[in-house]
Amino acid sequence: MKIGVLAMQGAFREHIKSLAALGIQGEEIRHKNQLEGISGLIIPGGESTTIGKLMVEFNLLEPVRELAAAGMPVFGTCAGMVLLARDIIGSDQPRLGLMNARVQRNAFGRQVDSFEVDLEIPVLGPEPFHAVFIRAPFLEAVEPPAEVLATFDGKIVMARQGNLLATAFHPELTNDLRVHRYFLEMIKQG
Amino acid sequence: MGGIKMAAAEKGTWTVKKGLAEMLKGGVIMDVTTPEQAKIAEEAGACAVMALERVPADIRAAGGVARMADPTVILRIMDAVSIPVMAKARIGHFVEAQILEALGVDYIDESEVLTPADEEFHINKHEFKVPFVCGARNLGEALRRIGEGAAMIRTKGEPGTGNVVEAVRHMRRVMSEIRRLQNLPDEELMTFAKDIQAPYELVKQVKELGRLPVVNFAAGGIATPADAALMMQLGSDGIFVGSGIFKSSDPARRARAIVAATTHFREPEVLAEVSRDLGEAMPGLEIANIRQEERMQERGW
Repeated sequence: MKIGVLAMQGAFREHIKSLAALGIQGEEIRHKNQLEGISGLIIPGGESTTIGKLMVEFNLLEPVRELAAAGMPVFGTCAGMVLLARDIIGSDQPRLGLMNARVQRNAFGRQVDSFEVDLEIPVLGPEPFHAVFIRAPFLEAVEPPAEVLATFDGKIVMARQGNLLATAFHPELTNDLRVHRYFLEMIKQG
Repeated sequence: MGGIKMAAAEKGTWTVKKGLAEMLKGGVIMDVTTPEQAKIAEEAGACAVMALERVPADIRAAGGVARMADPTVILRIMDAVSIPVMAKARIGHFVEAQILEALGVDYIDESEVLTPADEEFHINKHEFKVPFVCGARNLGEALRRIGEGAAMIRTKGEPGTGNVVEAVRHMRRVMSEIRRLQNLPDEELMTFAKDIQAPYELVKQVKELGRLPVVNFAAGGIATPADAALMMQLGSDGIFVGSGIFKSSDPARRARAIVAATTHFREPEVLAEVSRDLGEAMPGLEIANIRQEERMQERGW
């Protein structure tokens, strides 16, 4: 099985490393023909405006939308969460807009407010997940079929809608592979 | 959800400082001096901007003492864009750094582009919640800065020249020193650390990782999409463009082209396409014509 990691900009290398730790080959995606043969797609952290613009310029928005609509699992972290959400508060930047969610960018503040914290994520089991938030977004609201998987301080920081998974934090920056494993399960069940 | 008692959130940790640099990888950080330029940079796909009063080419031309920008300039730029905003403090000027942290900038560049405030010591960057990027010409310099708390490194190059030759020299030197280090037996590491004047623990770490323990960008003299792709192929994690964009004839177009070239740096067909019809690049300077004492890269210890 091959999983694509969108490599327009951002922390794609770290996701490929996390996948490798699970024995899965990650494939850097920069062009639409590279989407062929992948079983799932990860959209990494980075700058959502940069990634979105490059997806428009290199014709990736529509092909990814089509694959996701056909059921291919897509997992977005941080900027990836922003790109997955249907509504981005105060912005008309390019996006996939697939998840029934309204996202607030840089929602916890600027870099000096970036933080790490142990999160309770019931779908990953009782052990807390050490989550790294960097100029992170959160989802202000989700509508069914999107569902909340985790919150911090009352804010939605992880959500799933069928084949779509989004986290406001960066599981690729820690050695805990449970979020990536959860995404692999979504692919296997899909 | 509740239930289990959770630990409190921790801010300003090494992981979040280094983590923001990880998120900037594969991107272009652009020097801007006004909110309008910052918007052009964001619109072109910059992953961050560096807020300045003057770009390096103008600092070089103006001469005299170059200092931290007026906070109003920085705050207006922070208001204008949603991407991270960096700002420069003089080498060793920890009060300028305290001010920049108080303003809420996302990254501080302790930069040789400004006139050094201390000719012996750099800022103790561990004391700050905001992360720092520092310039380096070789592995020893990079590891000394990381030892002081820098969470990101960039080549120094020769700022404000539009001449990539020094950035190439510095990136090649760091990469070649890392390759040499990887081939050394462990008993030779202490002497290697002594020779390059770097902390031993960091030397050991670089040997294990096969790269710097933090993100390493290219800076200083990058003026074209080809320059950006060259630095990426030499192993840079991303690109700073100082004077190269807003000293060119069509900044928006050149900025977009450099962003695309940084993503598709290994694809000559894409590079050929984005390099077309960009107008005039910034006027370049021959390094040999800059007197030794005027070379910004010589600043830093």
